[in-house]
Amino acid sequence: MASETIAITAATEIGRPISEGLHDWIVTVDHKKLGILYIVYALVFLVVGGVEAIIMRIQLIVPHNHFVSPQVFNRMMTMHGTTMIFFVAMPILFGFGTYLIPLMIGTRDMAFPRLNAFSFWMTAFGGLLLYFSFIGGNGLYGAGNAPDVGWWAYAPLTSRAFSVGHSTDFWTLALLVSGIGSIGTAVNFIATILCMRCPGMTLGKMPLLAWLNLVMGGMVILAVSPLTAAQVMLSIDRYLGGHFFDTQAGGSAVLWMHFFWIFGHPEVYVLIIPAFAFLSEIVPVFSRKPIFGYPVMVAATVCIGFVSLSVWAHHMFTVGMNSYANSFFTITTMAVGVPTGIKIFNWLGTMWGGKVQFRTPMLFCIAFLFQFLIAGLTGIMLGASPFNWQLSGSYFVVAHFHYVIVGGILFALFGAFYYWFPKMSGRMYNEVLGKWHFWLFLIGFHMTFDFMHIPGILGMPRRIYTYEPGRGWEIWNLIVTIGVVFQAAGVLVFVVNLLWSLFKGEPAGNDPWDAWTLEWSTTSPPPDYNFAAIPVVHSRRPLWDLKHPEDPDSKYE
Amino acid sequence: MNHGGQTRHLLSKAAGIAVLLVGGLLAATLCFGAPASPAQVPSIFRPQSTPADSIFRLSLLVLTITGAIFAIVFSLLVYAISKYRRRGADDGREPPQVYGSNQVELAWTVIPVLIVLVLFLATARVIHSIQDAPEPPSAIEVVAIGHQFWWEFRYPALGVVTANELHVPVSNPSHPTPTFMTLTSADTDHSFWVPRLAGKTDLIPNRVNHMWIDPHETGLFLGQCAQYCGTQHAKMLLRVYVDSPEQFDRWVQEEKRPAVVSGSVEQGRQVFETTACVNCHAISGTVADGRFGPDLTHLMSRDTIASGAAPNTPEQLKLWIQNPDAIKPSSLMPAMKLNEKDLDALTAYLETLR
Repeated sequence: MASETIAITAATEIGRPISEGLHDWIVTVDHKKLGILYIVYALVFLVVGGVEAIIMRIQLIVPHNHFVSPQVFNRMMTMHGTTMIFFVAMPILFGFGTYLIPLMIGTRDMAFPRLNAFSFWMTAFGGLLLYFSFIGGNGLYGAGNAPDVGWWAYAPLTSRAFSVGHSTDFWTLALLVSGIGSIGTAVNFIATILCMRCPGMTLGKMPLLAWLNLVMGGMVILAVSPLTAAQVMLSIDRYLGGHFFDTQAGGSAVLWMHFFWIFGHPEVYVLIIPAFAFLSEIVPVFSRKPIFGYPVMVAATVCIGFVSLSVWAHHMFTVGMNSYANSFFTITTMAVGVPTGIKIFNWLGTMWGGKVQFRTPMLFCIAFLFQFLIAGLTGIMLGASPFNWQLSGSYFVVAHFHYVIVGGILFALFGAFYYWFPKMSGRMYNEVLGKWHFWLFLIGFHMTFDFMHIPGILGMPRRIYTYEPGRGWEIWNLIVTIGVVFQAAGVLVFVVNLLWSLFKGEPAGNDPWDAWTLEWSTTSPPPDYNFAAIPVVHSRRPLWDLKHPEDPDSKYE
Repeated sequence: MNHGGQTRHLLSKAAGIAVLLVGGLLAATLCFGAPASPAQVPSIFRPQSTPADSIFRLSLLVLTITGAIFAIVFSLLVYAISKYRRRGADDGREPPQVYGSNQVELAWTVIPVLIVLVLFLATARVIHSIQDAPEPPSAIEVVAIGHQFWWEFRYPALGVVTANELHVPVSNPSHPTPTFMTLTSADTDHSFWVPRLAGKTDLIPNRVNHMWIDPHETGLFLGQCAQYCGTQHAKMLLRVYVDSPEQFDRWVQEEKRPAVVSGSVEQGRQVFETTACVNCHAISGTVADGRFGPDLTHLMSRDTIASGAAPNTPEQLKLWIQNPDAIKPSSLMPAMKLNEKDLDALTAYLETLR
């Protein structure tokens, strides 16, 4: 079956003009091509968002620096946040989901292949719209181009009185358009996972990656819809004389905060749950053991999904809610730490008694465990609302959520990248370069984000383009900026590895990791139709059953 | 492949991470940034007022508990990856396949629940003690109004209006004189944050918030706006002067007087009153009663101008009037473009506003 497929693919690929190949990618409805499109698109924006971060860090390397003007700094800050969340983290996670879910549940495509393509292109055009603001945002002379209202765009800074020109409109429309794409993808994930599983794969036998993406899909629908609604309301305020958020006409600035954070907090879990999903696939394979406590992992994820919908106002502890509201959001915030803790313990339980192999994907996952532990604990500190009154809006918060997003999500993503790269490309990555990437990025990450907690404790607020000397902040800002050099070097090694391996890597074979889920049973890269014959499964690890017929999982589940 | 070597690397790096983070937090707690003069470092770990102090005590409890969790889980992780790594002399067999354990799952569910409960109860107590504290009759009342890139402070009971530099009396336990603040905004969202005195509270237009402080020591406490409010958010600095009761009374008496009118600076006063200055600034006892910018009646009683962005010297004052962008780009103060003579006269006039 395998060699036949390769022969067919090779015969069709050779000798075609590039324009035809390109056309194929643009009109494709194949989940694998769309997954790769998502990933490549997000990687481009990862570099763009990274450059914006570098500009900010150069500006902050010493107090009273004049590298960029306050206007440019504020644009960089807004674009960095918006880009990294909406046009890097979400698309890349959707990309892995789109690529992997049909393969892992043993089907030939998503439930709605055309919706899949539509969702990708909506997201893609959303990102382009956002960046078009650099050219088209100048509604008025001197009004500025790219949005500079911060990634959460608090009212009334976004009203026409304070944001003249069109920069805020580009931000609003970009999020509106990409939000529609996200909702489409979420619907597709849910329908695919619920309806398209191969024979024998009950919900209880589904790979954890599918389970976690199912929960993520539900959360996207619940979280992105209010954001989309809020963008419509903001546009009504700006162009149709509405007063939802217009404080000068009796509107409410706090209403926008509620809308934004009822999206914003579940969004954090929308991003971290797929990262959990990667760990739940990678850690078992490189520990040579099944995931510890599968039903508990599922329950904990569903629990996180529900509880995280009731924690949003912990982003608003300083807006003057009464003591009861503050207490409520304190306990819900701390409570969400319990199922999250259970997950960390279960990964630990998975490694316990196994034979842990330190290949590049596993190294990133192990670093994730340490870093996510710290991120969770600083999250508990921020959840204690009085402590939050000090830490909120300071560099401590910036360090905390970068610990989650970079130390957690991005590390898990790099792990996933190395783990599934052989499947997607058919070639192995270079292990030496992979390890260089890991260590450089690890050192850079810790230099930047460990030390970033300290200026926050010393009273340095976030989102300032410059700061006063003599407040004890200089040395920490210097170290933080130096760390960026190592991170950038790590990413450069990653890009080199990616390109080199794509053309020169060793052929990977179907199953380079001796893994257990269905995607490793087909060729690398898989044929258009994924499986020549739809597989039938009897346990959570169908390939384990095949490889160990004397002791199959199906005996125990 | 040399797995032992990799593991050693991993372990040493992991230990390094722990030392960096814990050491960094400790360093911040203990030395508060050595090169700066300690008084100027607005560290949240050096509280000088009851709200900041209650938060500090709570933070010690939270740090202790999270620190203990960190130490335990970190050790378990390091133990797992070193003990259960694949050895060089591996027999190639799969390890025993363990699917889970209900007892263990129960343990690591119940223990965190108990920890959360303890943390919540301790936190709820502090929330209540700070937010629901009754206002004693001896309290000083201040209305703080956030403006794009400066602070307006009004003392309604004392009849004082000032800007950017808040004066409050020290509060001693036997005779408490806390300062209760009413917070609102004239334009966008701001946040009042003086870390050594209290946590931050936002100033939001069309909304009224409250906070209070009762500084235990006299001196200058630094802070700044902590909610992104527009282009010059960074230079919306904040200075709180905690005075002895006598100093505070003297300050109030001086602030209540109308502006000094001195004949020698008549020309400068005319420049002020006949240019756009009066559209935004007020000087009591004159025709100037603009409300968009800081009240200048007692400008010379302040140590800084431009919301703390520059020292209040004649040179800086001139620069601020002629080219505000040089000090604080995109502040709402326009460049006045006066000729040399008018500028000198105007500055001389402003210098008399004590």
